[in-house]
Order: sequence, then structure tokens, then C-alpha cells
Amino acid sequence: MTAPAGPDVTAVFDPALPWQKARSVALRPEPFGALVYHFGNRKLSFLKSRTLVAVVEALADHPSAEATLVACGVPETQRPAYVKALADLARSQMIEERTSVPPTTRTLAAGPCTEAV
Amino acid sequence: MTAVLPSRPQRPTGGRLVDQFEYGLDAPICLTWELTYACNLACVHCLSSSGRRDPRELSTAEAEAVIDELQRMQVFYVNVGGGEPTVRPDFWHLLDYAIGHDVGVKFSTNGVKLDKTRAAQLAATDYVDVQISLDGATAEVNDRVRGTGSFATATRALENLAEAGMKDFKVSVVVTRENAGQLDEFKALTDRYGAQLRITRLRPSGRGADVWDELHPTQAQQRELYSWLLANGEQVLTGDSFFHLSAFGEALPGLNLCGAGRVVCLIDPVGDVYACPFAIHENFLAGNVRDEGGFQRVWQQSELFADLRSPQTGGACTKCAHFDACRGGCMAAKFFTGLPLDGPDPECVQGYGETALAARDAATVKPKSHLDHSHTGPVRGQPTLLGIPAIPSKICDESPLAGLDLR
Ligand code: SF4
Ligand code: SF4
Repeated sequence: MTAPAGPDVTAVFDPALPWQKARSVALRPEPFGALVYHFGNRKLSFLKSRTLVAVVEALADHPSAEATLVACGVPETQRPAYVKALADLARSQMIEERTSVPPTTRTLAAGPCTEAV
Repeated sequence: MTAVLPSRPQRPTGGRLVDQFEYGLDAPICLTWELTYACNLACVHCLSSSGRRDPRELSTAEAEAVIDELQRMQVFYVNVGGGEPTVRPDFWHLLDYAIGHDVGVKFSTNGVKLDKTRAAQLAATDYVDVQISLDGATAEVNDRVRGTGSFATATRALENLAEAGMKDFKVSVVVTRENAGQLDEFKALTDRYGAQLRITRLRPSGRGADVWDELHPTQAQQRELYSWLLANGEQVLTGDSFFHLSAFGEALPGLNLCGAGRVVCLIDPVGDVYACPFAIHENFLAGNVRDEGGFQRVWQQSELFADLRSPQTGGACTKCAHFDACRGGCMAAKFFTGLPLDGPDPECVQGYGETALAARDAATVKPKSHLDHSHTGPVRGQPTLLGIPAIPSKICDESPLAGLDLR
């Protein structure tokens, strides 16, 4: 069973902070998105769209989760759904808060997300 | 552009995960790998009719090559079984090899080799999960099915694991007519060892076909099981194997679909790839890992798997109000009871399965697997279910594997 759904999802996930795919997590591309596997807690999860896969992969290159959504071209109307999906991933430890912010140059260099097919 | 009609339905974009899974994945989520057909026991319901080793079983090098391939395909863990996998002399080596190649291992065993030393070794290893098979919460119920002494062997293994501080090991139970009333006892027994309970469905596969009529749970037991799962589901694993019970009403948690060839498959000891561990039959044989292109080619390109990767559109079940929850049940259960694959499950909780079973005409020949590795002679501690007298075990007979060819 997955972790019980806590009411304080937002307390775990702040989209204004920098995030990254957790280091012990692997993504396996699938036709509909990707399979996510956490080698530490051995949990399996799924990303249900290719854009979400691109977002998760790109998190580490942007100063915040919000910025990643913008860079990946997620339409504004869909952003709340993506934030919720990311919050779920944060709760199951598939993504983690990034403590080291990439250097400014790198942040600036990070262009639009290229992975969305 | 010349319109070429797709011969198979196209995968939709978006939608529910379960609908996506019907079209298959690039690699399996749940791969069972049976390492050997050899087994020290002779359980009456063995899904793979195991007993004797097959001389064509994969060598150590070939098994390593399969693991390399699984790593490349990002199959993050495999369910290892048999036969009794631990009687393969290279079992512990292959376990380490898999873990060293990012392929976690969950293995099922009757416990015969899990002495204190092995238990300590397992407790110290990451990415390994152990399941001890037990089919009765008491020796009496268990040993009738699994053989005299098998309850003692299993509980000794559980003790050793608990003592070694192993975390999250499982007790794996196949629910039968004889043990369906023991679910709370199983739970208590499992808790006692700090283990987790896993219960799965009995299918008429392998030797299970011979005993299915007398061992599969009654309708009343199925209903009790359903209520029990709704009440205890959070703490009990099921491998999502009871999804046909969802037709009682509220859907059970998990993946409610037959994953055969879509997200599930079996690699058998000789490297043959079947759609599901419960479907060892030529009709569900997709290829062999020894073939050119290996496992990946079989998984991604076999005709059989392509055929299985589409939603069911016809048949009696699609008209049933519970179809979305139950999806017509288990393909293997239908196949080995001689029922049509697009009709109801033989244990359909709406009762259509019983009607279908009764309507089979006398000429119906139930399909039989082309493989049988069952022991040919008597086995020590033979199960008594079939009325065969148990072979008394000799006190001085130290090795439970005595007399077996386990090279
Ligand atoms: S054939 Fe039965 S056991 Fe195999 S995946 Fe389908 S439902 Fe599960
Ligand atoms: S008729 Fe088919 S879909 Fe309906 S409950 Fe029975 S097995 Fe399930």
C-alpha cells in the first residue's frame, strides 16, 4: 500500500523551491509516460504523460518546480494538476528537495524543456 | 497517404493506467522467473508441476546473461520461484549477481535451505525479499496439501528469519477450500514472526488442475474472503490476484486486470517465455531467451504477446455490469477449466462461471500442459490430500533432498 494520503500535502511540497528527481530513483520510459522505481523503498509508481516525464527529468535544471513547468511549456490551466502530481511524487519520495541551487549561469542557460515529444 | 488499416487497436493517449496497461509495456512490471523444476516437495496444487530438474535448464552463464538483459531493460525486480529455487547450487550466486546488476529479487521458497546462516545472510542483503510458502495455518491443514513435515520446515525458516532480524519477509498462502477459514489465524501467525501476510488465488494450473474441483473456495468462502479483504486489505498483500471478487461490489485496491503478456510474464527454467506463470501451455508460449534477440525480442515482438495486448471487446463478460471491475477474471483459470477465454471466470462471483462449467459438454477436453516434471516415484512426506498414504520419513534420513537428482 502506498503512504496514507495526508492532508498536509502542500507542507511537503513547495513548488517555489528547487527540486530534483530523487537520487535513488530510476525512470523507465513507457509509451504512455514512464515507470518510476525507487531503489531505496522499492516503491513503484507511474508518470502518466510524457510531459510529466519531461518535467521530472528537468526539475534539476531549474530554480524551482514552478519554473520547470513554465520551461516545459505546461499550459497555465494545467499547472495545478501538475503541481498535484509533483506533490504526490514528493510524498512518495520519488522527487526530493534540492539543497544546492545550480549556479546562476547554469540556471540561465537552462532553456526550454527539450524532452517533451 | 495510403490508409493502411491497423490490424490491431491503437493505444489511446492519456486515460486510466489500467487502460494503458492493456496495451502492454516496453518491459514487464512483474516478471516471474522459475529457476528450476526441481523441488524437494510434491505439493498437490503446484502451478508448474515441478519435482524433477530438467536437463535443459539454463546454465549459470545463461542465467547471468538474462540478468544482464533485465538490467538493460530496466526490469527493477523479479519474482524468483520454481520448483524450489534454493536447491539450485548457484542460487546464492545468482541472487548476488542480480542485486549487483540493479535487479532486485523477491523469491519464494518452502524454506528447506533457510538455516540460521542463510537467514543471517539474507538479513544483511538489500534488495532481497523472501516469501515462505504455507498453505495452512496449522500443520494438519498445510501438510495435507504440501506434504508431511512441510509446516515444520516453513516455520523453522520463519523463526530463523525473525531471529536474524530480517525485515519485511512474507508468508505466502494460496487460499483453498481447506484454509479459507483460517485467514485470521494466518494473520496471527504472520504477526508472530513480524512478517507480512500475502494471500493469492488458487488456479487450475499445473497439478492444480487435478485438485481444483475439490480445493477451490466455495462461493460462500469467496464472499467471506471478499469481506475479509475489504476489512484487512491494507495490511495484506494479494498480488492483485483476487480482482474477480471486485464484481461483488466495491473494487478491491490494486490493478484490476489480467496482466498476462501485457505487464506480466514467466521465464521458465529452460528459458521458455510464457504469458503468465499460471499459463505453462504451448498456447501461451511466446519464445525462448536463448533465441536470437533474447528476452527483449520475445517480450517486445512476439506475435502472441501482441495479440494479448488489446482490450477485450467481445464475449459475454463485456455485457456484464461488473465488467469494468472484474474484466472477466483470470485467463489461465478459464483456459485450464476448458472455458472460453472471452467468457466468465470459472469462479465468477455472479455465478455465471458455475453455469458455464455445468454447460461444458461431455466432449470438452480440458487443455493440458505439455510439460510435467512431477516426481515419478513416491516422495518423502507425500501430501495426503489425494488419499495416497504418506511415506513415513525415516528418523535417520538427514537430508530432505535425499534421493533427488539435483545436479
Ligand atoms: S492469466 Fe490469471 S494469473 Fe495470469 S495474469 Fe491473467 S489473471 Fe493473473
Ligand atoms: S460475468 Fe464476467 S465480468 Fe461479470 S462478474 Fe462474471 S466473470 Fe466478471
